[in-house]
Amino acid sequence: MSTREKTWWIIGGILILLYCLFPIAWIVSLSFKAPSDIANGSFLPTAATWQNYSDIFTGSASDLFLPALRNSFGICLIATFISCILAMFAAYAIARLDFPGKTLILSTALGVAIFPVISIVTPLFNLWRQIGLYDTWLGLIIPYLSLTLPISIWTMSAFFREIPWEMEQAAQVDGATTWQAFRKVIVPLAAPGVFTTAIIAFFIAWNDFVYGISLTSTDASRPVPAALGLFSGASQFEDPTTVTAAAAVIVTIPVVVLVLLFQRRIVAGLTNGAVKG
Amino acid sequence: MASIEMRNIVKQYGDGFPAVNDVSLDIADGEFMILVGPSGCGKSTLLRMIVGLEDITSGDMIIGGKRVNDLAPRDRNLSMVFQNYALYPHMTVYENIAFPLRLAKVSDDEVRRRVTEASDVLELKDHLERKPANLSGGQRQRVAMGRAIVRQAEAFLFDEPLSNLDAKLRGQMRTEISRLQRRLGITTVYVTHDQTEAMTLGDRVCVLRKGKIQQVASPRELYEQPVNLFVAGFIGSPPMNFLPATLEGNRLQTPFGQIELDERRVAAVKGRDLLLVGIRPEYFEDASLVDEAKRPLGSLFRARVDVTEWLGDSQYAYIPYEAPEEITRQLRDLSRELDSEELRTQAIVSIDSTSRIREGREAEFWLDARKVHVFDPQTGENLTRDAEAGARLTQMATEDRVEQVQEAQAQGTTVGGGTTRAGAA
Repeated sequence: MSTREKTWWIIGGILILLYCLFPIAWIVSLSFKAPSDIANGSFLPTAATWQNYSDIFTGSASDLFLPALRNSFGICLIATFISCILAMFAAYAIARLDFPGKTLILSTALGVAIFPVISIVTPLFNLWRQIGLYDTWLGLIIPYLSLTLPISIWTMSAFFREIPWEMEQAAQVDGATTWQAFRKVIVPLAAPGVFTTAIIAFFIAWNDFVYGISLTSTDASRPVPAALGLFSGASQFEDPTTVTAAAAVIVTIPVVVLVLLFQRRIVAGLTNGAVKG
Repeated sequence: MASIEMRNIVKQYGDGFPAVNDVSLDIADGEFMILVGPSGCGKSTLLRMIVGLEDITSGDMIIGGKRVNDLAPRDRNLSMVFQNYALYPHMTVYENIAFPLRLAKVSDDEVRRRVTEASDVLELKDHLERKPANLSGGQRQRVAMGRAIVRQAEAFLFDEPLSNLDAKLRGQMRTEISRLQRRLGITTVYVTHDQTEAMTLGDRVCVLRKGKIQQVASPRELYEQPVNLFVAGFIGSPPMNFLPATLEGNRLQTPFGQIELDERRVAAVKGRDLLLVGIRPEYFEDASLVDEAKRPLGSLFRARVDVTEWLGDSQYAYIPYEAPEEITRQLRDLSRELDSEELRTQAIVSIDSTSRIREGREAEFWLDARKVHVFDPQTGENLTRDAEAGARLTQMATEDRVEQVQEAQAQGTTVGGGTTRAGAA
């Protein structure tokens, strides 16, 4: 690559980064402004303050925020875990077995994924109230599974298809049961796929707002995105913008940490060298 | 170690296509059996039925006197080397080889001892801690073999194990496999489409065509007494030449002159209009280089040479000839079935490398008439096959094998008591 080309790539990269990161930078900057400082007309706060952060953790907003954070973590982790386990078995069957209705399952999964959430939420609200799932963890975990399962099945079956079937047959000839072959050979090889799927599923659940706001009413199960919408200012004349921004920064952190932790695993092509070379 | 018997094995796929059709085959204890044939002949399917990765539609599979049709692969105690090796990429070489032992819950000390021995035999000692991704093709192949020999399996199964290696390495590994099998004396079934591997490795070779056994015999018998046109065309490189011929008295009239037949062969071929005579390339010679003593045993003819190929130790000449439409079509069908494409009817002739026969010129050739075979063009059957002579050749090969196995056992060279290479570490 010539120097000229390189320069263009670098400039292009910086532009894209700016475009993507500017809103985040703005949120971060907002979270350090005092409520009265929002309209100061400049990007940076006049005087940076930790006030908003102490508000959400110890101050006025903490009653709303902390339980929501706990709920969000709990509900999303459980939903992701169940979704990954179910999707792993489903995807394995789809990738390996020939059974009638295979395409039906895949297309139904896709159909569920593209079905607008808002049209389900009202009937679900009524149903949940009748059977007592309204405002419970389980009441959110179930809809989250319906959100995350389709995409999990699709991504994982793509990963499973990549693993040569002979690997599993070799294990069986070597004396493994089907379950042992799955656990000792297929699962380790599919690990990058499982991680990727888990992260995607977690994000989907973590980012949900519609279910979160509609199917909950108290601290018992309200997730963070819903809680953010309920923040109020110190008085009715004050916008809660800065507190919301601080909370938004906090909930972004787990997402960033997850990606940084697992990007190696996501990228690693573990099947390299499994077959001929 | 065990014998493998197959009784009327059939494999039918969902659409009713019989991939393997009524195969009966006995593989003796300690024998090296080759399954060979062009692609799609059912050889891999048959192997996978032995190991249990493919269901058997009907028939009996008997390993070591026990019917195994309904046993899962893990209960058959066979080990297999796959075409693409199927190494576990997330495990080290050591763990790859140890995998069957780990599944059998062998103690750590025993695992270490046996993996070390297997890796000594295969010279993998220096690579035990590496991952398969960092190995060369030949090393991966050896790891796959290590995984196969590390436990006391009833038999080894190989599914085209050398087809992913380059030509030089393939030759080395071929002799390595042969040596290992002799040393361990374990029943081996080896699938290949490469007839060089079939000829060099096998005690006996089973030639398959469209799911049916054509002939099971020692390599020598296959070469010298093939049962039909298909086997004759498949075994041998360059392949056997097939010339159209008609019988006149006790002579065959061919595009390359007359070939005199002995009484037995005349009696066998009598009463047919059109015949195919099969002549191996090496039955020809440049007439000017033939001994006076040998000359009367064959016939002479003149022909124009199209192309010559000089290879140093040998030389081939290509001689085009005319054949009736019917024969041309049949030869074309045959070569297509053998995975090659014969574009023109030509004979490939092996001549001495010192011969000065030139391309595009006419030259005189000598043809050894003693070993030619005559085939029926309709059925492909070999009319002049000498079954007794063939059986004798296979009998000799069997005796050789038994002797070698006894010798190996007398020396006690199994993996368990394998020689350790001093100083290799």
